[in-house]
Amino acid sequence: MNARHAEAAARFIQNKAQEEWHNETLFLVREKRDRQAASLPEWEQLRQLASQIKMHTITHLDNYLEQFADRAEANGAIVHWAKDAHEHNEIIYALLRERQVEKLVKSKSMLTEECRLNPYLISKGIEVVESDLGERILQLMNKPPSHIVMPAIHLKRQEVGKLFEEKLQTEKGNSDPAYLAHAARLHLRNEFLTAGAALTGANFGVAATGDVVVCTNEGNADMGASFPKLHIVSMGIEKVTPDYKTLSVFIRLLARSATGQPATAYTSHYRKPRKGCEMHIVLVDNGRSDIIGHADHIQTLKCIRCAACMNTCPVYRRSGGYSYTCFIPGPIGVNLGMLKSPGEYSGNVSACSLCYSCNNVCPAKIDLADQIYKWRQQLDSLGKADRTKKLLSGGLRYLFARPALYNTALRLAPIINKTPRFLIYNNLNAWGKGRELPVFAKESFAHMWKKGKIKQHP
Amino acid sequence: MAYSKFGLFVPCYVNALYPEAGVATWRLLEYLGAGAEYPAGQTCCGQPMANAGFEREAEPLLRQFDRLFALYDFIITPSASCAAFVKEHLDGMNGRLYEICEYLHDVAKVETLPGKFPHKVSIHNSCHGVRKLHLSSASEQMEPRYSKLKKLLSMVEGIEVAEPACVDECCGFGGMFSIEEPAVSVCMGQDKLKNHLATGAEYITGADSSCLMHLQGIARREKMPARFIHISQILAAGL
Ligand code: SF4
Repeated sequence: MNARHAEAAARFIQNKAQEEWHNETLFLVREKRDRQAASLPEWEQLRQLASQIKMHTITHLDNYLEQFADRAEANGAIVHWAKDAHEHNEIIYALLRERQVEKLVKSKSMLTEECRLNPYLISKGIEVVESDLGERILQLMNKPPSHIVMPAIHLKRQEVGKLFEEKLQTEKGNSDPAYLAHAARLHLRNEFLTAGAALTGANFGVAATGDVVVCTNEGNADMGASFPKLHIVSMGIEKVTPDYKTLSVFIRLLARSATGQPATAYTSHYRKPRKGCEMHIVLVDNGRSDIIGHADHIQTLKCIRCAACMNTCPVYRRSGGYSYTCFIPGPIGVNLGMLKSPGEYSGNVSACSLCYSCNNVCPAKIDLADQIYKWRQQLDSLGKADRTKKLLSGGLRYLFARPALYNTALRLAPIINKTPRFLIYNNLNAWGKGRELPVFAKESFAHMWKKGKIKQHP
Repeated sequence: MAYSKFGLFVPCYVNALYPEAGVATWRLLEYLGAGAEYPAGQTCCGQPMANAGFEREAEPLLRQFDRLFALYDFIITPSASCAAFVKEHLDGMNGRLYEICEYLHDVAKVETLPGKFPHKVSIHNSCHGVRKLHLSSASEQMEPRYSKLKKLLSMVEGIEVAEPACVDECCGFGGMFSIEEPAVSVCMGQDKLKNHLATGAEYITGADSSCLMHLQGIARREKMPARFIHISQILAAGL
């Protein structure tokens, strides 16, 4: 499937009230981010440092990964290496099966989305419970996240209220956020107590100490890691960072960039299994090491998944996460999709007006817009270029490369100003959807110049 | 300083749709004593094709540009995004090719302008003007706030200068983005217009006529009371 973002976006915008609300809500997050960033005089230096640390780490990944794995094992954790999504899923299923675990409680992890872990485990008969509130809501609706930090941001509380009435037997018509959150907490508490294993993602892995660091606002990762006997960490290999000093740079950037908080409510370090329990870390490649060799796109590996690029993206805010076909939407998602499978995800490449705002907010200084520009240059050779754009680009070049022809065409152009409306504003004319055509000047600049009308000016 | 030769670059759509911006730019240079020539045969720099993913269609146009302006010490243009594109794609343009406001502010360092414009205007901070040419500070970036456009406009007598909410958010033009993603593009433009009009300004002005063209198209379709003028025309008022 290679659905076009433009079409899905148009459908999202049809519900104008929802679009406006989505746009405004996320821009508020962007503004909170701005205020937090402005409160640190060293903000731009931190971004620069973050970028350099990530580049250094990615280009010395073998060293740091080995160090991380050695330390983690010395601490008592068990480290597994998964070359792709399938291996990741198999490793986790084997861990669960060997221990006869029937229920797995999860905290937020985009990597498990990437690997499609949930459907895999469910197909094997394991019950999977998401414990992040937003993720749980979506799981009850059987929907994927539409945002990587605020997965259910597209839903209004009334929709959540309705869902909980049905699934958690809450009061009819009560969509008070505090009430709903409390209901979810009671429901989840029971899941934590009865789950045989917990899975968390990892925001960072510290090579010097073997710590797995998870940042959450709900404390659900800690609940998971504290009850069941088995704790599984699912971690992308690019998440490793050399030491605490480098970690501190990211910690200062992450929550400020993500939600405009100075820090997440919980920054948890998991170093070793609890007494009598097990901790397993699954390190996943799934295409990441290939990206290292990709000079134009290596920078995507610097991503700390803060979603600032989504919150600022004027296209994302007005089209919603589901208008993108990649499991990660927004500017970083456009790029990650193309790295994964251009054939499948090229329909997202149009979702960018090249405003470059994402480049400026990204805490790791990823050149997101430049990369989208580069992907566009490749679409034609992939046979995925938009036909209208291709025709226009070729036609315009033909005209522009022939100044005499161009000037003649321009002299005739004012005729368009007088063309009957129905000839101009039809379905073939995408410009005419919502816009009037510009009016050609009576005389072009070139013509005026040639006639000496400009220099004549007193 | 030795005598410098000034070439005026009037991008394709300015030439055809907004020649008055070219004229105003020429007059501003004339006012500064920099009589500019307009090399005949210029058309388009190739930006629309390249941003759409057809750099190879842009290449002959960039070469054409390079040839036409080879003998000029300064190349001045009333379009921020074209200036940014050519600078990024042709060698030897830094310190030579300037958007007109950039030139007035950074190189000519004008302190006064002779004209009057007794109106309230809302500045359209275009993406490439802000984030590539740095005509003003970008709202995302934590740096001291500045705006070269504001500074220049405030030299004009009688003017009142405002800026919209979401001060440098994209208007949704984006070249061929506007026809490949028409729904989002128009939606962005409507929001931008609303923010501009909420300032109570009589005119919307900026360094990129392309953004203004897109906004004007929406304003006319929706019969919104918006007027548009390229910044060079305000700065050249009275010249
Ligand atoms: S690309 Fe940058 S801004 Fe976007 S999610 Fe990743 S780190 Fe955050």
